[in-house]
Amino acid sequence: MGEQLLQLLFSGLTVGSIYSLMGLSIVSLFNITGILNLAQGEFVVIGALIAVSLCSIGMPMIVVFPVSILLAALLGGLIERLTINRARGASNLNMLIITIGISISLRGLALLIWGTDTYSLPAFTKGGPLFLGGAALNPQSIWIFALAVVNFAGMYLFFEHTYWGKAVKASVNNRTGARLQGINPHTISLLAFVTAGGLGAAAGVSIGPITMVTYDMGFMLGVKGFVAAAIGGLSNVSGAVIGGLFLGILEAFSSGLISSSLKDAISIIILILVLLFRPEGIIGAKRERKI
Amino acid sequence: MLRIKNLSVYYGYVHAIKDISLEVKEGELLVILGANGAGKSTLLGTAAGLIKPAAGEILFNNKAVTGQTSEQIVSKGISLIPEKREIFTTLTVLDNLLLGAFHRYRKNKEGLKNDIKEILGIFPALKGRERDLAGSLSGGLQQMLAIGRGLMSRPALLLLDEPSVGLAPLIVQEIMAILVNLKKTGVTIVLVEQNTKSALKVADSVLVMERGGITHRGSPLEITANSSIQEAYLGRARS
Repeated sequence: MGEQLLQLLFSGLTVGSIYSLMGLSIVSLFNITGILNLAQGEFVVIGALIAVSLCSIGMPMIVVFPVSILLAALLGGLIERLTINRARGASNLNMLIITIGISISLRGLALLIWGTDTYSLPAFTKGGPLFLGGAALNPQSIWIFALAVVNFAGMYLFFEHTYWGKAVKASVNNRTGARLQGINPHTISLLAFVTAGGLGAAAGVSIGPITMVTYDMGFMLGVKGFVAAAIGGLSNVSGAVIGGLFLGILEAFSSGLISSSLKDAISIIILILVLLFRPEGIIGAKRERKI
Repeated sequence: MLRIKNLSVYYGYVHAIKDISLEVKEGELLVILGANGAGKSTLLGTAAGLIKPAAGEILFNNKAVTGQTSEQIVSKGISLIPEKREIFTTLTVLDNLLLGAFHRYRKNKEGLKNDIKEILGIFPALKGRERDLAGSLSGGLQQMLAIGRGLMSRPALLLLDEPSVGLAPLIVQEIMAILVNLKKTGVTIVLVEQNTKSALKVADSVLVMERGGITHRGSPLEITANSSIQEAYLGRARS
């Protein structure tokens, strides 16, 4: 029983790290631009599918990973310029609808280019699973967890210890004040989408070896990322990470101990409960700090 | 230094600035007086690039800056301290000051430390509060921070929109004294004020606005001698 619980915990942490990555991207973009990007899951898929194509022409994973991130980041920037930037000044609801449109368009694009096939990606490191306490741990899970940690640390360092990070925070805090200092909010918005595209691709290429890749997997990933972000209060970076891990572990345990058909329902139930009873997020709202 | 020619600004159908022309000379401290809705803040906002004019031309050091964004204009040497201050309340005092130098940060990273020292010398009340969040400061200190942040861009022209709003008389006096000292260092200042008495004490010249147009321009003595202005802005009855 102990081994089974440990196994479920490992699975939960792996899936939770994926959700944390999604949540991190959604929260960062929301904090910077005020836009709830429902297309974040599609960036993950596009990044992973680009990696599939690059791998198919024989590129090694060490090259595929950064190139996929770069291409998805460029796509993120292009989308921002073609849609979000042109709609600047629109209401939050309109922006939300635009991101839904982006999501549907990207899914359509993925379907056109890569079709309905399911693709696999090679793991970052070869070798079998590690055994800890009798439970198996896939090395790729460690990579995903490490990526989530690096992302979180990177964001913390950027926002708290770099001049540009502070300029972004200033732009979030007071747009007019920022413009008067020469900080261009449109540049900040562009950078936010470039980063969201890149982070999405990093997540996609990392999870591909475990989850496999299909053109339509982005929607549910986006929903899970949104739930992770909502658990943390939508604007709290550390809350999104904790929310993602919490959701992943809960899903793993409910699948393993009750029924796997509960997996997706759990996240929706949590979302409804959070929105109904704790819209400011489960993680202490008083400690919440915008980035 | 700043020349505005036939400037018109609209808010929808409202003609907020009506064909205004004016000139601000280098080293001058120009005070703009006027009731609420006269167009004073709109004039400053347009000069700083926050509002796009419908017609007219704005020249800064003989170069057109009409319709440029505020991001472009601040890099040319015009800094606006808006009435609402627009400081970054969730950032520290130090970060606010550092970000005031955003447009020249890449060129002179090391020099910023000295600039901060200089600003803290001008506003000693901010000393020791560098690590405090700007939002935790009193109104007077926030105003000093807003001006200090504006000065970090090393402006040749400082536009101040009602810096005395909501402040105690002693703080207002302190801020006015600082503006006089700044003028001595060569900074040209345009000051929009409703605190007429304080503003007239420091002004080189005065401009009066009413309903989007300029009604009077003259020296502080000429303006205070004008009975209609006295009645409207200085609270003295016509004799």
